[in-house]
Amino acid sequence: MDILTTEFFQRALIGGVLIGITAPLLGLFLVLRRLAMIGDTLAHVSIAGVALGFVTGVYPIAVGLVFALAASFAIEKLRKAYKTYAELSIAIIMSGGVALASLLFSLGKGFSVNVTSYLFGSIYTLGNTDLVWIAAVTVVILASVGLQFKELFMMTFDEDAAAVNGLPARYFNLMMSVLTALVISVSIKIVGALLVSALLTIPAACSLIVARSFKQSVMLVVAIAEAAVIGGLLLAGVWNLAPGATVVLLLIAILILLLAVKNGRRV
Amino acid sequence: MPQSNGYHAAGGACHEEVIKLTGVSFSYENQPVITNLNFSVQERDFVGLIGSNGAGKTTLLRMIVGLLKPAEGSVSLFGKPVSQFDQWEKIGYVPQKNAFNPLFPATVREVVLSGLYSRGKLFKRISKVDQIKCDDALHAMRIEDLAGKRIGMLSGGQQQRVFLARALINNPALLILDEPTVGIDTETQEGFFHMIRHMHKHHNITFLMVSHDMDRFRSYLGDEPAREAGKLKFYVRHSHDLENCVENNLTHSLRGLRHSMEDQAALQH
Repeated sequence: MDILTTEFFQRALIGGVLIGITAPLLGLFLVLRRLAMIGDTLAHVSIAGVALGFVTGVYPIAVGLVFALAASFAIEKLRKAYKTYAELSIAIIMSGGVALASLLFSLGKGFSVNVTSYLFGSIYTLGNTDLVWIAAVTVVILASVGLQFKELFMMTFDEDAAAVNGLPARYFNLMMSVLTALVISVSIKIVGALLVSALLTIPAACSLIVARSFKQSVMLVVAIAEAAVIGGLLLAGVWNLAPGATVVLLLIAILILLLAVKNGRRV
Repeated sequence: MPQSNGYHAAGGACHEEVIKLTGVSFSYENQPVITNLNFSVQERDFVGLIGSNGAGKTTLLRMIVGLLKPAEGSVSLFGKPVSQFDQWEKIGYVPQKNAFNPLFPATVREVVLSGLYSRGKLFKRISKVDQIKCDDALHAMRIEDLAGKRIGMLSGGQQQRVFLARALINNPALLILDEPTVGIDTETQEGFFHMIRHMHKHHNITFLMVSHDMDRFRSYLGDEPAREAGKLKFYVRHSHDLENCVENNLTHSLRGLRHSMEDQAALQH
């Protein structure tokens, strides 16, 4: 249990708690707009940015963010080009990102970059710079979503009706892209690129099972994610497991439990 | 001359041009869908827009509300070009019933209230007055009991009432209905159309309803289209058929709606 009092574990806990608010919150909007796969795609492209950061000696998370932003715009462009096969754009951008990442990592061999730490996360290596970055992203996301909550609801529920009401769809789509890229770039260090989409989508999947109102589901996604993040980090710390993976598996356990309870009630 | 009842003192006329299309053309990938269309909708008209799939109904609708730009020509709403139009609260919009995911976590109340969210309300909180407007809209559509239910759990007919309530909450001058009866059983459709006709007769609302099948409305709109353009047919019932200028006060109008419908139902039985 000594690990729980160490500084690196406490930093991990703070970072995890902050991500546990923002990732599922944005994820809820993405899932409801049928963009669940976008998180995964941006995360993979973000890895290429991280690799470039290492090769060039620039703060990797910042370069990852730039790449994620570029990818989200590229997806929008490709979606228009392949209107009826919109998921094509996601597959193209995702594989392109992974290819670029592995190319850049191979270039940076001399830098002894630990690739797996970005694929599966390395929450114990969070530094103070990372925490400041995560806190800043949390503030930006909470402010943006909090101030425009009802408009985001309208945009998500019925984009056409929102447009007829005069809400600027382009602005909201752009804002969502930027916020998603932000949250992904900081989540990568915590759960890793391969697991990021779990934090975005599984809490939303849980809330769809039980929530009746939109307000309820917003509170639920955050509560579920926090339970999984805090519980997962403690379990991983005590039993010396991979923290990112433990959090994700805990999320899936919660989902299965909720499904079982719901089906049980119906029978 | 339209009679004045006080509510129209400022505007004066009761026959404002609500929608005006001038030489509107649109094509998808060089396939012309709409060519040089001129059409105007006067205040309190009821326009039924009919056409088969691919006739350009939805395209036209999207151009009217500014979601699409015509390749040529211009669209005006209430005398203003769409690009400069900023009184979107004057327009109520009822989408196709199937347009949302039944699992979406939103209550009836949340959906109806969202009708109030417009550019002007950005960053503002939902006020008590907003809640009262919502109550009135729920009451008018007889769905106050459903306010706390998740919208996906309701029947098709109930969902329609929810979307109508959302459209009515702003006391719109123009109500746009996009195939409102798709996927709804005949009996419920009958009730819905009855309500729409009633609203047109007794309230100061201009209607634009898009459908691929307007059989149920023939008796109201007549057998002959007022205008045909390509595969699009416009059936129109002009406002001069009706008593002019009914009251235009929000709460009065929404509250009165249910009462007047109940009175009529009582007369019929």
